[in-house]
Amino acid sequence: MSQPANRGDRRVSVASHTVLTLWALAVVLPLAWTFFSSLKDSRSINISPFALPQVWRWDNYVRAWNTIGVARYLGNTVIVVGTALVLVMILGAMTAYVLARFRFRGNAFIYYLILLGNTFPIFLAVVPLFFVLKNSGLLGTYQGLILVYVAYAYPFTVFFLHSFFKTLSQEIYEAAQVDGAGDWRTFFQVMLPMAKPGLASVAIFNFLGLWNQYLLPTVLNPNKNMYVLSQGLYSMASQQGYNVDYGGLFAAVVITIAPVLLAYVIFQRQLQGGVSAGTMK
Amino acid sequence: MRGRNLERISFFAVFLGLPLALYVFFVVSPILQAFYYSLTDWSGYDANPGFIGMTNYANLLHDNLFWTALRNNAVLAVVLPVVTIVLALALATLVTVGGSSRGQTRGVTGAGVYRVVSFFPYTIPAIVTGILWQQVYSPQGGLLNGFLSAIGFDNLANTPWLGDPHLALGAIIVAIVWSFVGFYMVLFVAAIKGIPAEIYEASRLDGAGSLRTAVQITVPLIRDNINTAVVYMAILGLDAFTYMAILAPTGGPNNQALVVTQYLYSNFTTAKYGYAIAMGVVLALVTLLVSIGVLVSSRKQEVEL
Repeated sequence: MSQPANRGDRRVSVASHTVLTLWALAVVLPLAWTFFSSLKDSRSINISPFALPQVWRWDNYVRAWNTIGVARYLGNTVIVVGTALVLVMILGAMTAYVLARFRFRGNAFIYYLILLGNTFPIFLAVVPLFFVLKNSGLLGTYQGLILVYVAYAYPFTVFFLHSFFKTLSQEIYEAAQVDGAGDWRTFFQVMLPMAKPGLASVAIFNFLGLWNQYLLPTVLNPNKNMYVLSQGLYSMASQQGYNVDYGGLFAAVVITIAPVLLAYVIFQRQLQGGVSAGTMK
Repeated sequence: MRGRNLERISFFAVFLGLPLALYVFFVVSPILQAFYYSLTDWSGYDANPGFIGMTNYANLLHDNLFWTALRNNAVLAVVLPVVTIVLALALATLVTVGGSSRGQTRGVTGAGVYRVVSFFPYTIPAIVTGILWQQVYSPQGGLLNGFLSAIGFDNLANTPWLGDPHLALGAIIVAIVWSFVGFYMVLFVAAIKGIPAEIYEASRLDGAGSLRTAVQITVPLIRDNINTAVVYMAILGLDAFTYMAILAPTGGPNNQALVVTQYLYSNFTTAKYGYAIAMGVVLALVTLLVSIGVLVSSRKQEVEL
């Protein structure tokens, strides 16, 4: 069956590899440079960007972690993003399930109301939202930020899990009903476990979205002790002048990038399946 | 049956009532308030802002800074989707069908590695991408200028990429494209893999070259995915707030990289709430129009096929 590869084919293959390698370098070089810079002292970063560190300054990481406060920012982020993620997955799945499996008046209205929130940019709501939180005493609290994160990740969660719950088998649902399981038990013990693949992709997207969030904490979380990572890194990088601790800044950037990047490399097979499943309906 | 009814009521209250209350309180009510407050002169902590009709919108029409910002957003909303998608599509094509065509049509060897590496930037938060490129572009020891001087372009090696009014916006576009190409490449790869191999075989037997195959076969068959990408990247271009916060603080040189979201935010921090909210409404309408526009034009394309 196999035919000899002709010269044109080989040329295409070489050209493909060249272009792809150039792109891969464009991705990897800034990351590698960031990593090596995180191990230099601030002065040699400015002088010779390409040289490998002469002395490996692991103390940059110690400073980033303690003095600069990455430990605290990371802790705050884990509390806020972690809690919000768990909450929005539970609440979003519950709403999606009710809207997908029960027929009642107002069902379609509620569904479109939720879709609407996915359509408008956050910037439309952000100024009134600031005052909603201020007036309810939630401004600058973990609870306030968590509830806002939940509310803004909720439309996306409902939207994608809705189509997922629609596809689940009606027979199994009826069997559970016949066995005398109530609505609560049917959901938690029968339907939710069946929705696991859908839940996983949506959870990954919600995690990346909330981890990425910068506008909401900037407006709603003004207390420096409660900064999430994006705020902490911003306040550090936006300082001007000669006393910027570049070594520490690069170390903080590496600490922020590394965990998610490593998790991606380890789980990339499952993740890429989830990415295409999540975005393509 | 009484217990069953009670159970169902509690079920609906918790499953629908509770999350909806949260959603209405934090999302729907601020949006509705926004439409009202954009018609007021709300500023400071005035409890009862006065109703001034369309005055804020009329002022926006005469606000040069707002138009500068809107123009920059328009540039971003056009250039970001085009560049990102063309690059992502080219890379996805090379990875899936760019290999030596001995026997079956297939991708290059090591396709998986390229795909995984390209996705790296998407796992990095926007603000960190901003910081990374702020350092890459830095005139003092930045990676780009170091690289340029290493390959002999010493005359370019002192360029202040983010400080030059002609270069700032372009430099920022490069940074944003860098962080999204891999994501859309992965999506397109998945879509292209869904195309039956026979179609590519047939096209090759007909003597179509690689470029023609990509343009005339791949693009129409994954048009839905491309449209999704256009909408998302255009919406990103209309926002761009997080990247600008680092790469063009206060709008960049001569406001050449100022975007509406930044201008809105600075009006918010100076307590011109009504005016800031009116900008938010305009931005929301533009966003809606763009999404609808892409949707409608994609429908037309389907009919033509």
